[in-house]
Amino acid sequence: MSTMTMEQRLALNKYEVDTEAHIRLKQDVCLQCEARSCLYVCPAECFKEREGKISFSHEGCLECGSCHISCGPEAIEWSYPRGHFGVSYEYG
Amino acid sequence: MKESFDAIVVGAGPAGCAAAYSLARAGLDVLLVERGKFAGVKNMTGGVLYGPVLNNLIPDFWKEAPVERHVTRHVITLLSEKTSLSIDFNSTGLDESLQDGYTVLRARFDRWFADKVEQAGGVVITGVRVDDLLWDGKRVVGIVAGGDKIPAGVVIAADGVNSALAKKAGLSARLSPENVNQGVKEIIRMPRELIEQRFNVSGDGGAAIHFLGFCTRGVHGGGFLYTNRESLSLGVVVQLKALIENNLKSVELLEGFKAHPTVKELIKDGSTVEYSAHLVPAGGLGMVPRLYTDGLLLTGDAAALVLATGRSLEGSNFALASGMAAAETVRRAREKGDYSQETLSHYAELLSESFVLQDLKRFQRSAELLENQRLYSVYPELACSLAEKVFRVDGDPKKTVWQLAREEMKGRVSIWTLLKDALAARRSV
Repeated sequence: MSTMTMEQRLALNKYEVDTEAHIRLKQDVCLQCEARSCLYVCPAECFKEREGKISFSHEGCLECGSCHISCGPEAIEWSYPRGHFGVSYEYG
Repeated sequence: MKESFDAIVVGAGPAGCAAAYSLARAGLDVLLVERGKFAGVKNMTGGVLYGPVLNNLIPDFWKEAPVERHVTRHVITLLSEKTSLSIDFNSTGLDESLQDGYTVLRARFDRWFADKVEQAGGVVITGVRVDDLLWDGKRVVGIVAGGDKIPAGVVIAADGVNSALAKKAGLSARLSPENVNQGVKEIIRMPRELIEQRFNVSGDGGAAIHFLGFCTRGVHGGGFLYTNRESLSLGVVVQLKALIENNLKSVELLEGFKAHPTVKELIKDGSTVEYSAHLVPAGGLGMVPRLYTDGLLLTGDAAALVLATGRSLEGSNFALASGMAAAETVRRAREKGDYSQETLSHYAELLSESFVLQDLKRFQRSAELLENQRLYSVYPELACSLAEKVFRVDGDPKKTVWQLAREEMKGRVSIWTLLKDALAARRSV
């Protein structure tokens, strides 16, 4: 079995993407962080580093909560997506 | 819909469904609210559910529930980079009633369970997130969802490891990278006949394989493979702290695990159809929060009721049992017409009398002992390399197994450290 890219992995799942993001990033707090754990702990690789800044997309989120628990400076505000939205597992 | 309920249960996983089902059957007006489109779609486990607790609530549940296979083979496999060494317990010859571990797919299983709640007379609504608790002073008196206030005598929070309700009530388990594990999993579709041939199972029998060692590149965690009817559940569970400190991604560990020569053969010709992730509270009793307050009870993962020992990571039964205990507490509280924390303290008593808090107490040092990195690196490697030497015939004069063991230990671990770890394991396994 060959390896898959993250895009291929996430494309296997069913999502109903909300226009309203359930993750918020406090950029001023985030910029002070050196550890940047979010880049490693997010199993959907929602967080990316570009030109020294962290950006994220909530679209592929698997709703595990790893990012906010691992964020040392507590720059991530996280909630479950609104009802109906987000990932829907067929197997689980 | 009714204007108020005796109880509102938030979250349709095993804890919430067990609570709501028990209450509905006891004749209470109960509302079960689930944020997913259907019950189960947000939920994921490795997937083995052990039967006894649910069997008390719904006798012979496995005859009607969508369980995948009953586990007839329990395998523990130690992995080095290229080799593996397994212990394989096969219980095919035992009576079926003694094989009461079932592989499950939660999207299907939880949906069945929520349907049972409805059949028992409970009201189930899905696709609705509970946004807040409804307060009267310091008492919880209902929920706020989608702008509506729905009053209830009591609220049972079964909203999972990231419980929003526990947080709102100031009762959250203190989640930290040390006490939380991340699981990632693939569902790999495979024809039934192939699964049965490859895993040496037949009929509804199935295999549960737990891996230790190279599957997590020697960091705190492990791997698993469970056979479903027509798919495999394959994944790794790793402590968040271990990911952070080693700059590892669990998906990379999963890819490495799949590429291991032993695992590669097991999943060959399968195709991945789903990728999921979930957190498991694994800090034991030390992270369990206060379990109740006026008008509110916490159950399952929302209360961090998971047993993490050296031999298992067991959450579903703790969720079911806590949901049932919460329901029993609410039933009594309703008879008294009093949902104060004094009355709800019965919940803690019930959990203390059951395996839930007794197991967590007995294994309360496990979390600390499982921090021993040698469990994930040195020992699996040592076992595999010793097996390699024992099974190799190379034409040189033979050595005893003891001599080989001492040679393999050299530079890896001292006999004293090994003995110390073995003694410590008495309490963690």
